[in-house]
Amino acid sequence: MDLVLAVVVGLFIALGVYLLLSRALIRMLMGMLVLGNGVNLLIFTAGRLTREVAPIVPPGLEQAPGAIANPLPQALILTAIVIGFAMFSFLLVLAYRAYQTLDCDDTDEMRLAEPADAPNPPLSY
Amino acid sequence: MEPGLDASIALVAIGPFMAALLAPLVQRLTRPFGGWVLALVPAAAFLVLLSLVEPVLANGFVAARLAWAPSYGLDLSFFVDGLSLTFALTISGIGTLIVIYSGAYLKGHTHLGRFLAFLLAFMGSMLGLVLADSMLVLFIFWELTAVASFLLIGFDHTRQAARRGAIQALVITNIGGMALLVGVVVLRQIGGAWELSALRELGDGVRGHGLYGLALACILLASFTKSAQMPFHFWLPNAMEAPTPVSAFLHSATMVQAGVYLLARMTPVLGGTDIWSTILVCFGSATLLWGALAALRQTDLKQMLAQTTIASLGLLVLLIGLGSEAAIAGMVVYFVAHALYKAGLFMVVGALDHETGTRDITALGGMADHMPVTFIAAALASLAMIGLPPTLGFFAKEEMLLGAFGPQWLQGLALVVLIVGNALLAVVAALIAIKPFLGATSQTPKSPHEAPIAMLIGPVLLGAAGIVGALVLDWFGHTVLEPTASAILASPVESHLAWSINFASPILWLSVLVWALALAMYGQADRIRTLLNRAHRAVGWTADHVFDAAMFGLIRFSAWITRLLHHGRLELYLVVVFAMFALALLVPMVAMNGFAAIVQQGWPELRVHEWGVLLLAVGGLGAVLLARSRLVAILSLGVQGAAVALVFLLFGAPDLAFTQFMVEILSVIILTLVMTRLRLDERDPRPLEDWVRDGLLALVCGGAVSLVLIAVLSGTLDTSLSDFFAATSVPIAHGANIVNVILVDYRGFDTLGEISVVMAAGMAVVALLRTRRRKNVPVTSGEGEP
Amino acid sequence: MNTVIFRTIAPLIVGTMLVFSVYICLRGHNEPGGGFIGGLIAASAIAVLGMSSGRDAARRALRFDPIAIAAAGVLLAASSGLLSLFTGSAFMTSIWLYLELGETTVPLSTPMFFDIGVYLVVLGAISAIGLGLETDDGEGL
Repeated sequence: MDLVLAVVVGLFIALGVYLLLSRALIRMLMGMLVLGNGVNLLIFTAGRLTREVAPIVPPGLEQAPGAIANPLPQALILTAIVIGFAMFSFLLVLAYRAYQTLDCDDTDEMRLAEPADAPNPPLSY
Repeated sequence: MEPGLDASIALVAIGPFMAALLAPLVQRLTRPFGGWVLALVPAAAFLVLLSLVEPVLANGFVAARLAWAPSYGLDLSFFVDGLSLTFALTISGIGTLIVIYSGAYLKGHTHLGRFLAFLLAFMGSMLGLVLADSMLVLFIFWELTAVASFLLIGFDHTRQAARRGAIQALVITNIGGMALLVGVVVLRQIGGAWELSALRELGDGVRGHGLYGLALACILLASFTKSAQMPFHFWLPNAMEAPTPVSAFLHSATMVQAGVYLLARMTPVLGGTDIWSTILVCFGSATLLWGALAALRQTDLKQMLAQTTIASLGLLVLLIGLGSEAAIAGMVVYFVAHALYKAGLFMVVGALDHETGTRDITALGGMADHMPVTFIAAALASLAMIGLPPTLGFFAKEEMLLGAFGPQWLQGLALVVLIVGNALLAVVAALIAIKPFLGATSQTPKSPHEAPIAMLIGPVLLGAAGIVGALVLDWFGHTVLEPTASAILASPVESHLAWSINFASPILWLSVLVWALALAMYGQADRIRTLLNRAHRAVGWTADHVFDAAMFGLIRFSAWITRLLHHGRLELYLVVVFAMFALALLVPMVAMNGFAAIVQQGWPELRVHEWGVLLLAVGGLGAVLLARSRLVAILSLGVQGAAVALVFLLFGAPDLAFTQFMVEILSVIILTLVMTRLRLDERDPRPLEDWVRDGLLALVCGGAVSLVLIAVLSGTLDTSLSDFFAATSVPIAHGANIVNVILVDYRGFDTLGEISVVMAAGMAVVALLRTRRRKNVPVTSGEGEP
Repeated sequence: MNTVIFRTIAPLIVGTMLVFSVYICLRGHNEPGGGFIGGLIAASAIAVLGMSSGRDAARRALRFDPIAIAAAGVLLAASSGLLSLFTGSAFMTSIWLYLELGETTVPLSTPMFFDIGVYLVVLGAISAIGLGLETDDGEGL
């Protein structure tokens, strides 16, 4: 089953990259979301998969009796999900503001910072 | 060595820097006497250095050492011998007068405090430079002089010419600075020590070494750029854009003399070889003649002085190159005499400019009536420059002619150059002393009057010093000349300066020849100037232009590079990023044979609902890719997110599944709120070739991640950390949910950082939204914003 | 979204979600849950309230500026870690205090306060984002 999940992770990453390479802002945002999910799954799978046994010690016991899922990647991913969401919201608003101000959503046309016809630096001291 | 000496020597170099920090404050508090008060600092340094004269005379040198980075064997080591002492005394002595002079010259200037701070910092760097023992310390102070002179030359930074002069000086001298660093490191490799004092004990060890040529080239490049030797001479006249006190200081005893000092200091280490003498004499001769002729061409008094400074530097380099005892003695006397009269003349010109409003030699005349003291100072300095008795300049000329007297062709060349050069310099000196002051009184922009005392004390004292030095000739020879020349030659030198006049000596007649030449040329000064200017226009091309072309070429080149890399197309930046990403994954896989680690696995054993969840994820991805409307896009994003949550749920991560679900719900809400206002074209508008490129890159990235992941999964996992958490979660941390315990206890610090990020993101979003609203809503709006 | 039914039901849903979120947060140490999840649930509740009654009503219901809530959360989390200074141990070493209240024992601990801090941060930050976006309903962001 690891193999299948690895392939699925690859698909997530591929789609995320593909969407990020688009010139349309909105597709780039979607790409961020997909890529984030792909990376979370990547960490999760790399920590090995265990079916259904959550890393929770039953009441009254000092340690879980059998094999449990690897808790470490889960802790890492949990925060990653929340941070990823917060950052995504920020990107969304940023993109929207840019869209409103510049009135375009094509990254090739959003050239306020690096204008295509920037003048040469002055040849003086 | 008595205790406290170390500190006092180091303080001579470091003290001016401390004073520089306080200078603006002191200037503001003690206005209008800021210059007088701050002059106490260099005066104190001068006195400390004077107290070192006795020990140096007795022992030959005094050394001081402060630990800097002992673990690397680096010390802030200082070293005072005759050479250092002569330079340091000149620097601090003239510096004192310059600081006093500046206070009056820039009186009422808004940034006088800043100016004095730069000046003091420059003085500190210069003192450190000549007192340094460790070559690294010398290099640091060398670079500090470049920085400080940049600030001083560009002090009047609103004028482009000043900026240009400053940049030029910085660039040219820093080329030399880099060369010096290389040279210093090479010398360390040859000699095995950073200390100059240790290096000069090696003597022929350095000259015979295979790296001698490299070290020599580096040191010469450093000296020639700093001391404005041909072909690096052009920065010096442009540095005249600085206020006159700066020129008086930088071009008499300091900045440009650093190169001369370095050459003198290196004479016992690198000097004495044929290549050394040939290079120095040739370059020095060319510079001397060029500078002297260029001085005659000018009508601006300050430019004339600047060009004679170039000539004098060439003269000093020439004398060091000759290297005989008499030549070195001549160099020492000439250095002192030159520092005194050149600083004095610059100050005189500054006073003329200040009180009459012009410094054009053709526009000035008869000023002796209005400015008698200034005239006396100018006359005293010019006497020394012409080399008439009874001044130090006379003895300097005698010594240098004696040093060039010899049978070799090099000496013959030097002798001719010295005679012509000295005659030309004498003409310039006579012009400066006579033209503006004598003759018919001319109309000047300001009504002329005598300069204030602070601006007179310097030139008068310096002019007098040039004569007093000659009157106490025996004392001068014993306390200045002998230790300095001995330090340069690393062997005892006897002074034979004397007042006796020997009519049988050819040297005297050569002197007379110089004066005769000068007198002949003085009458024709105007015609010579016209001729030289015509020649200059005929060439129409100077090293100055080459510098401009080089600088502008650099600007164009960097603009081209910037355009190439910063083309402003986001998707191309990202293509580069992801291509590197794929390479970073695949290259190690191939190089370390990661494919071999992938164990052959059978058909994966997955349950039906697991297949279902994975298919849901893939289906969601496909829908995202193909979505043609906002609604479908949002929904399919939700589907793939939910599928991920289900994967978490199925493989033992209820916390993750829970969180992921909540995030998906919130994402959909937010996306709905925003996306309805963003345009989503039905089709991705990329052209076919982009589509192919992006698709291939995406597949390569995805495939690379999959391959690496499979390779990782085929290996064994180090679970010691996870096992520790699982084993200790209940007994130690009192929590059964191991994931939560890791988050809030074991890795709490980490989580603290992460929630800070979440908060920052929230603040950023709110800020973005608010700025927008403020722009749209008129100021009068009473909208109650929390 | 501004239907009568939604407006009527929404406060009930919101109230239930908020209580549930606190429960999820507090039980997190021993069972699935925790500050992150609890905070997300509470933030969703605020978002629902904003949708039904408008963002001003939601802001009033929150009483405090959401960013202030988030900041308070960071402060609480950080200071819960600082408590270990009093026991002379390293930053964030946990301290447990078992309060005997009649028949039950209430375990108080610094990790619990830390988790509540997390809860507040997530609640504050996410609802700030949500309410900020809802603001523009009608008039543009």
